[in-house]
Amino acid sequence: MMTSYAQDIITGLSSLLTGMKVTIKTMFTKGHTVQWPRQTAQLPLNFRGHIRLVANDSTGFAKCIACGSCVRACPSNCIEVKGEKPEGAKKKSPTLFRLDFTKCSLCGLCVESCPVAAITFSRDYALAGLTSEPFAAMNLLDEVASPFAGEEQ
Amino acid sequence: MITEISIMRTLLSILGITLVVGVNAIFVVWFERKVAGHMQYRLGPTEVGPAGLLQTVADGLKLVSKQIIFPQSADKPIFILAPIICLVPVFIALLPVPFSATWQAHELDMGLLLVIALGLLNTLGILLAGWGCDNKYALLGASRAVAQILAYKIPLLLCILPIILLAGTFSLREIVLVQEQSTWFALYQPVGFLIYLIAITLETNRSPFDFAEAESELVAGFHTEYSGMMFSLFFLAEYTYMLVASAIASILFLGGWLGPFFPGPVWMLIKIYFFLFLMMWFRWTFPRVRVDQMLSFGWKILLPISLLNFLITAGVMAAL
Amino acid sequence: MFESQTAPTYHLETVEEQENDFILNLGPQHPGTHGVLRVILHMDGEYILTADPVLGYGHRMQEKIAENMTWSQVLPYMARMDYLSALSYNQAWVCLVEKMCEYEVPRRAEYIRVLTTELNRISSHLLWFGAFLLDLGAFTPFLHAFEDRETLLDLLESLTGSRLTYCFFRFGGVGADVDAAFLRGAQDFVKQMHTKLPRYHELVTGNVIFRERTRDVGVILPFDTWGYGLSGPVLRGSGEQYDVRTSEPYSIYPELDFNVPVEQSGDCLARYLVRLNEIDESLKIIEQTLANMPEGPIKSKVPKIIKPPEGEASMAVETPRGELMIYAVSDGGKVPYRVKYRVPSFANLSIFSKMARGQLLADALAILGSLDLVIPEIDR
Repeated sequence: MMTSYAQDIITGLSSLLTGMKVTIKTMFTKGHTVQWPRQTAQLPLNFRGHIRLVANDSTGFAKCIACGSCVRACPSNCIEVKGEKPEGAKKKSPTLFRLDFTKCSLCGLCVESCPVAAITFSRDYALAGLTSEPFAAMNLLDEVASPFAGEEQ
Repeated sequence: MITEISIMRTLLSILGITLVVGVNAIFVVWFERKVAGHMQYRLGPTEVGPAGLLQTVADGLKLVSKQIIFPQSADKPIFILAPIICLVPVFIALLPVPFSATWQAHELDMGLLLVIALGLLNTLGILLAGWGCDNKYALLGASRAVAQILAYKIPLLLCILPIILLAGTFSLREIVLVQEQSTWFALYQPVGFLIYLIAITLETNRSPFDFAEAESELVAGFHTEYSGMMFSLFFLAEYTYMLVASAIASILFLGGWLGPFFPGPVWMLIKIYFFLFLMMWFRWTFPRVRVDQMLSFGWKILLPISLLNFLITAGVMAAL
Repeated sequence: MFESQTAPTYHLETVEEQENDFILNLGPQHPGTHGVLRVILHMDGEYILTADPVLGYGHRMQEKIAENMTWSQVLPYMARMDYLSALSYNQAWVCLVEKMCEYEVPRRAEYIRVLTTELNRISSHLLWFGAFLLDLGAFTPFLHAFEDRETLLDLLESLTGSRLTYCFFRFGGVGADVDAAFLRGAQDFVKQMHTKLPRYHELVTGNVIFRERTRDVGVILPFDTWGYGLSGPVLRGSGEQYDVRTSEPYSIYPELDFNVPVEQSGDCLARYLVRLNEIDESLKIIEQTLANMPEGPIKSKVPKIIKPPEGEASMAVETPRGELMIYAVSDGGKVPYRVKYRVPSFANLSIFSKMARGQLLADALAILGSLDLVIPEIDR
């Protein structure tokens, strides 16, 4: 009984020392902290920011044809699209493309549902604001040229 | 005899102790955060001041400027008294601690006894804090702190007794001077040294024995309801108490200020921070011991071994 | 070394609640409950007389929501129940719809699904490992586990685009193809884990304090396991060899060579060991899928609007927490008629009040931690 008592103490102590060895070893390895904003972590290629509209290479207008499949695909009802045909065009163009980013869960169903690949993810991650308003109604048409630019006035 | 010199000396020692307490807290909190960070692949504080050294100052300022919230059903006098009772004894306990042969606030024949006795008052403060704020978690934490006193105090005293036998004095300064003649008492008392290390971890409520504040079980234990400056007083008391316990450990076992090349106070500080580092190392490695396990550990392992250690030392001393 | 104060024969104790009991509200905001779970404890000092979990603080009517969404719109919601193993939920839902509509899934897609789900399982177990040790009062293992989990999340993010709430599987395939960089990253991760797992064992498993805290604490006796509907590591810690991946195989699991870790003692330590051994087994699965990854398409052609034929179906998968079963009824329309989730955490929590009885408060938190609960999954 005495020997098992002593043995318990010795194995217990040595197990504690093994653990302490691990932590002291860690102490002399390099930390993994990325010190933002002085350092930035690299964004992966598939990073999902909020969605944005893709512009047509030649015209600079949005590729979007305002068909509304993204609106139907969205599980959170956060996209609102209106469109009409510019004069002389075959397909519709969006006059309104509004994203409620406060509701968006970045699932990507809209991107996949788009028949003309007009939606993509942005790489915008530094999104912060004092109110929710700028994000509750993000006007995605701002970033692309509009065929209706002349008519609006 | 009260002379101008003795008054000056008293004033200077009060100033000195306040400085030591303040600077120590600032440094040790930073040091602990750095140690914890690096043991966990992190960096710890880096932003405020060089290498984050002033982080504690910033945190302290924040704590001081915060509102102190009194729970409605709290027993107000006890609630206010508790952190003060925690902090004041550790101030006094620094008085007889010699940092070198001459750097000592007040030489006492019974210095060691005073420090041990004041150490108990810390638990009184915790008990009052747990009782006064009328919070169930705090009450549980305080009752745990009280339950463990005897389990570690008796082994602690039984490890100190052989040292007193060896040194033949209760004066902290003379204990070191005796070690100057022979050698560090840790070499005579390795088992006592180990048990003392465990006991001071218990005494300062540090992990793995931090069940009085056990954050995953009791939210924050005895100081759950404390905020602002009153919370930081508990913090200050804890870190100062670590300093005192480490200082006593280095005096009793590692020859206090003795050492080559450097002047006495430097050696003393090196030894103190060695002990502080050990305690941090324990904290950032081990899970928490359960309360009943700690009690049986104290009574079934620490007590018999330290008693045996004491008896053997006494027997050997008598035989010689 | 220290004998346990309470015997594991909890089922023999009958405790009456008294009017002036010491009642402790554990939660809904408490660091030990990992979420908005509330447990009402009647206590005698540190000992627990009765423990009543109170649920529903995070109730979002997931089942009702599913009745108002098209079949594909439900998919993103899957990640919101058990956010730590979103891909297992993804898999359950897509497999269910594929079963109802009889869609083909290309081989490559199946391999990618298993590969990513097993990676997800490891990340879930790593988080549990850290959180469990946090319950026991050790902070460092938490961040050591996170260091490895970070590599894993970066890897999955590079493929799926999100770090936690993945919405990656699609009906008839997966959302994106794995590239050479991902495969290399997965191989590196397997290598990294093989060196890191022994270090976890050094830091934690052997530690005498840890063993004393978990051995003979919260013992689940084998005859309780089926009655309470336990599943996953909680069940396997009590000596029952049941894993949906082998008992009711789906996807390509029958072709893979892996063991189902089982421990006999039924205490917290057994559940801990089962989970750590499962990490090892998942690494084995990942190695096999990486070695045998077939070429080919990643998605078969499925109609844009999904209308499963009238009828009902159920699909069970093994999540890191246990058996998840989804049952759905279709009336042939665009939206499900009824969806029911049988979630593992809910069943695993049900035995807690029985286990906690007569234990110390500290042990109750160790038990709660060892059940690996995800509260949003319980509340749904």
